[in-house]
Amino acid sequence: MSALWLLIIILALAATGFILGRGRAVASVGGDRRKLHSLPNYYGFNVAMLALVPALLVLAVWVVIQPIMINANVSGHIPDALYSDAGQLNLIMSDVNRVADGLGDALRQGVITAEGIHTLDPETSDLRALLGSVGVAIGSDISADILTAARLLRDQSTTGQRAMTFVVLVVASLGFLAAMRMTSGTFRARNTVEYGVKLLLIGAASLAILTTVGIVLSLIFNTISFFGMFPAADFLFGTTWSPEGRGGSEHLGILPLLWGTLYISFVALLVAVPIGLFAAIYLSEYASRTTRAFAKPLLEVLAGIPTIVYGLFALTVVGPLLVNVFGADGLGWMQGARSVMTAGLVMGIMLIPFVSSLSDDIINAVPQAMRDGSYGLGATQSETVRQVVLPAALPGIAGAVLLAASRAIGETMIVVMGAGAAARLDLNPFEAMTTVTAKIVSQLTGDSDFASPEALVAFALGMTLFVLTLGLNILALYIVRKYREQYE
Amino acid sequence: MSDANFPVGARAQSSLLALDARTKKRNAAEARFRAYGIGAIAIGLLFLMVLITSIFAKGMGAFQQTFITLNVELSEAKIDKSGTRDLEAIKKITTFGYNPLIDAALAQALTDAAIDNPFSKGKDLRKMLSSSAAADVRDFVIANPDRIGDTVEFHLLASSRVDGYLKGRVSRESLTRDKNLTPAHLDLVDAFYGAGVVSKGFNLPFITGADASESRPEQAGIGVSMLGSLYMMLVVLACALPVGVAASIYLEEFAPQNWFTDLIEVNIANLAAVPSIVFGILGLSVFIQFAHLPQSAPLVGGLVLTLMTLPTIIISTRASLKSVPPSIREAALGVGASKMQTVFHHVLPLAMPGILTGTIIGLAQALGETAPLLLIGMVGYVASNYPSGLVDGFMSPNSAMPAQIYEWAKRADPAYYERAWGGIIILLLFLMCMNIIAIILRRRFERRW
Repeated sequence: MSALWLLIIILALAATGFILGRGRAVASVGGDRRKLHSLPNYYGFNVAMLALVPALLVLAVWVVIQPIMINANVSGHIPDALYSDAGQLNLIMSDVNRVADGLGDALRQGVITAEGIHTLDPETSDLRALLGSVGVAIGSDISADILTAARLLRDQSTTGQRAMTFVVLVVASLGFLAAMRMTSGTFRARNTVEYGVKLLLIGAASLAILTTVGIVLSLIFNTISFFGMFPAADFLFGTTWSPEGRGGSEHLGILPLLWGTLYISFVALLVAVPIGLFAAIYLSEYASRTTRAFAKPLLEVLAGIPTIVYGLFALTVVGPLLVNVFGADGLGWMQGARSVMTAGLVMGIMLIPFVSSLSDDIINAVPQAMRDGSYGLGATQSETVRQVVLPAALPGIAGAVLLAASRAIGETMIVVMGAGAAARLDLNPFEAMTTVTAKIVSQLTGDSDFASPEALVAFALGMTLFVLTLGLNILALYIVRKYREQYE
Repeated sequence: MSDANFPVGARAQSSLLALDARTKKRNAAEARFRAYGIGAIAIGLLFLMVLITSIFAKGMGAFQQTFITLNVELSEAKIDKSGTRDLEAIKKITTFGYNPLIDAALAQALTDAAIDNPFSKGKDLRKMLSSSAAADVRDFVIANPDRIGDTVEFHLLASSRVDGYLKGRVSRESLTRDKNLTPAHLDLVDAFYGAGVVSKGFNLPFITGADASESRPEQAGIGVSMLGSLYMMLVVLACALPVGVAASIYLEEFAPQNWFTDLIEVNIANLAAVPSIVFGILGLSVFIQFAHLPQSAPLVGGLVLTLMTLPTIIISTRASLKSVPPSIREAALGVGASKMQTVFHHVLPLAMPGILTGTIIGLAQALGETAPLLLIGMVGYVASNYPSGLVDGFMSPNSAMPAQIYEWAKRADPAYYERAWGGIIILLLFLMCMNIIAIILRRRFERRW
């Protein structure tokens, strides 16, 4: 029985449980609802909850664990002679899985019988044609070993499915029966149901922790296996990046990528910080109510535009524009449309509303009394801003700039489309350079398999990115907390 | 003498009516400062204007397409030699077999319009049409075998270069290095355009159609990837809304002050700042490598985007729960409701408009996100088939709107750039609608206490 049908059955069981439990509770007090501890529905919910939740948990865990266990078991049965490393084993296992799926399809469509599967002989019958006829295309011929493994996989998953059906149904009915036995007029059903709901709420809140753990684990494990194949020192301090090096020599040094990332982020901040900050000062200190109501939302539209739009803008508008001015026909500093300047400028535009709305909040939080004091001493408005408001808001603004920097470092689409693909350690901002994020994309979307250092390096890059942005965020929070002036 | 000798010279000339030099300087600084502020806002708005005008200037072309109207004679001798209308036999004739029909129709159109044919070979003439033209005719014949023998009027797609010429993207000079089309073709196009054979029309297939191969930009549409995005958004809505609301309720209403609550809070704050591409790495290694979910499937994309938008939804939900005044809770508790009843019966309904607003904004953010989708294989997949059903829609490989736009931009063909900008217009229309709905919800239902 498939997991979907099981789900429907236990849902139906829970629904019946609700009606029966509610009825039983009402009947136990002779129909006088006032004698119940809780409202009748709570008794129904209690039965439904106990029938549904444990069974659902077992089902979910089983569905995830079973394929992993069976895969591990079956891959143990594949002769060592067939593969030399984990990557080849993965390929073989995916073949095995496809053959097993194909046999299942063939059985369902009546092309083959259950006995037929066990008597199949790859020497005499054309398995590829058979599987092809049910719509499963297999790349190479199927050897006897793969067929045996596929049979084993099928048998084990059939057994597993049966066991799962049995266990889940038993758990569901046990929960159902236990809850029905509990149900009586004095049973505190509401408290039990509310306790259960609270556990669900805690579970939902813990998902945030689970996500972080997932991110960290998936980065760490793959990074460790990368460092198993490639020396960590060469990665961290290498100054060349050429994944497909000539003569088998590979250079996967992160420094050129980091340089590109930081350079582009620097250009972006050079654009975004002055414009964003002055816009925030003007909007909060000078602008009339109508100007503010008009300009602030318009600026924030820039933040709502997806990064893919900025990427295409960099590629087809800003890049060619810069080439016209700085390219071969102009000043001759620029070779192609993709460059640090292209990506940095566009990223700066994207970050303007980010800087301005964060700074705006912070400037607005400076108490009016300080401005009034300054005006009372005869300072002009700009002197007040420069000498009173900005120093008071400085930690917050520094935090905002750091957050913007972390955004810039983690930005992907703009640099993928605007910055170029060549890893370079260069000072010319009109050269194409590449970044950590752009290389994560190019290493993981290529054709190389996941077990090779060229693909695994992306996880090490991701780790670097994660640590870098996390560090910047924590630093920003720390600065804001430590240097914040406490008014009132 | 205690009377000091003040240097009275400078002061003597000062007047209340004439400003002294220092005041002038300070006032000038004030004016400059103010001008910087105005300048900054002006530059920001200018960027916005440039961005929006370039989106429309470059993208509107995608909604127009050049069609060539031809009367094709579906000659029985060519496509149904036996004359039995046997569908299997008709299907055996490949698109190649339909080319002579189209050549004949083109030649006929030339004669009708009284234009001399500058080409000796039919193949050259056919270059004006999209290479999908023969397939279109073939599909029509297979769908209507009884029309064989008739002369049927077809609106066939012109090739992307002819299309580009009429839109001003391709000129005679730019064709000198082009093998596919010659200036002679363009003269023909001009003549045909005058005769009404070549015409521009609204490009509905772009909005509803599927992606096409790299060499046929004129045929590519965004419809299939729009469906992919829709399925992804359904996953995000079904997962992120309940989980986000549950998490916020716990943190806002029930969580005790302890290390566990702190841990959750810190994690949510950090996840909100993690670059989106890191979520892509998470999706790749957890959902695809570990859980063996199908690559490029909207389900996986939706799950990754769920994890990414959860912090946004949690933060806005908590804000709207917080804005429900404590008196509501106290009143409910006072008449004997339990804590849980208070929250679910009174606080949550009052906070609902704010929660929905936050959710829609979170969804809009997820809809435009591209980077994580690159890593789970949604780019490079040519989304050429509509999903056949609901399960198929979630599980089978598809693209999504932003991934499709990136894919087109990657093909580095001016015709595809136009498609990409057109796709962006559609994407932005969706985002605009979502944000307007959010604003209306907020305006109409949000209560100020």
